[in-house]
Amino acid sequence: MSDEAYIAIAWIATFSSVGLYSLWVVLRGRKLSRMVPPDERRWL
Amino acid sequence: MHEALLVMKKDLRLEWRSKVGIGQVLPFSLLVVLLFAFALDPERGVLERVTSGLFWVVVLFSSVLTIERAFSVEANDGIFDALRLSGMAPAAIYAGKVAALTLQLLVVEAVLATAVAVFYDTTWRGPVLSIGVAVIATLGIAGAGAVYGAIAAKLRSGSTLLPLLLLPLLAPVLICATRGFEVALGREAGPGWPWAALLGIFSAVYLTLGALLFRPLLEDA
Amino acid sequence: MTVDNTIPTPTGSATPSGSAASAGGGAGGPMSTSSTATRVLGTISLVGIAALVLFGLVLSPPDAKLGETVRILYMHVPTVSTAYLAFVITAVASVMYLWKRTEFWDLLAASSAEIGVLFFALTILNGMLWGKITWGVFWRWEPRLTTTAVLMLTYIGYLAVRQIPNDTRTRGTVSAVIGIMAIINIPITHKAVDWWRGLHQERTIFGTVNPEMRGLQLFSAYLGLTVFMVLFAWLLIHRFRVAWLTERAADVGVDAAIAERRAERPSGAVTTPAEGGAS
Repeated sequence: MSDEAYIAIAWIATFSSVGLYSLWVVLRGRKLSRMVPPDERRWL
Repeated sequence: MHEALLVMKKDLRLEWRSKVGIGQVLPFSLLVVLLFAFALDPERGVLERVTSGLFWVVVLFSSVLTIERAFSVEANDGIFDALRLSGMAPAAIYAGKVAALTLQLLVVEAVLATAVAVFYDTTWRGPVLSIGVAVIATLGIAGAGAVYGAIAAKLRSGSTLLPLLLLPLLAPVLICATRGFEVALGREAGPGWPWAALLGIFSAVYLTLGALLFRPLLEDA
Repeated sequence: MTVDNTIPTPTGSATPSGSAASAGGGAGGPMSTSSTATRVLGTISLVGIAALVLFGLVLSPPDAKLGETVRILYMHVPTVSTAYLAFVITAVASVMYLWKRTEFWDLLAASSAEIGVLFFALTILNGMLWGKITWGVFWRWEPRLTTTAVLMLTYIGYLAVRQIPNDTRTRGTVSAVIGIMAIINIPITHKAVDWWRGLHQERTIFGTVNPEMRGLQLFSAYLGLTVFMVLFAWLLIHRFRVAWLTERAADVGVDAAIAERRAERPSGAVTTPAEGGAS
């Protein structure tokens, strides 16, 4: 594999990992928000 | 101080009566010494080169067993509560447990050193450095280990977690102690006392931290 | 059961705290963990990432010594810095938890640690890819990789403790103790590994970073750091809120179970579950 390929993997893996994790967190946030009564969900 | 001694004596007496250290941990450590000889083939001179590292790895494994034992006894018999209610300062209880652990581990190490001398044909040179390194390292292992032992006793499935929690933390101890031994044995050039000094820092830091953190651990039993 | 005066304030919020209800859909309050603060941070992150890709991959030149591999460093340095920041936050929050005993500090510590482990993993990955190009192998026992691997195991242990079902207070106390023990180990482990591997003159990742980075390279490096810090803040806020909601949902579940029991046995004794809630 060429050097460029490794560099590409590094960037793609980093951003996609962070992206997938972010997605998981946000989706869980939405799901939990539905389960919880509104007064518990006040964000500043 | 007096309370710490009380706790230490209690632990040592418990150990003397149950003989877990002698009966289980020591044979285990000797077993590992043998196993590595099987795995690494005595003929090829590998054993000589890995002696220091193997020694300390075995000590670490034995420590996990010893610490687990030292605290599971407490948890099972509700002694945590008794200690807490006794009004003894948590730091004193911690000091006593650390002292008991250190002594037990030093005994294991002494036997191990003999075994290694016999089985791996090691001549223990540089005794001052070796013993210095061993004592300081053991204090560090006991200091950090006592905290994690208390944690393992409080948690469900804590005893499975204990190695995962304790061993990464002790990685610097393993590195420094091994290097110190290598220098003492004459297999590595360079001053050995810097390694002992770093071990000293580790031990000082974790003994202090442990004394401070033992209170919250004890309180929530 | 839950007390109002422990409503969390988001860390690193870019907007001043205003009224309790935020902008956001849903008749009864926000239906997600977003807020004005996270929207601002999120937008900045996305713009920043685009800029980073542009500068890091396209506009900045290859390094004189490192060649194209310097581009991996634009990822590697920010991830490790962010991870360390995350673990410092965990440690501080752990101390605060042991002092104040509020849920806020416990959840902050745990959320930060989880993100920290993620970034540590990415640091190792990037380091390995850099190594593959530079050394031809994915792993060498060079100081930074080795240290990061050990430290990552330490914090994986932290996360493992959070997973075990225990009552909230035990979990919080134990985690806090581990969080504090772990961070103190970072400089000591660094020193030990540096001395140890230094005996063998390994080429370290940082040893070869050209300290005279100039112009676009320096800009890309700092840009990477900034972008990841903003990203971290955004992630931390969301993750904290998820942790918060998880506890609230657990409380709801417990309350519902108690209500059911009471409904079943109107005259008999009510057995309360052993689960402790937020204290």
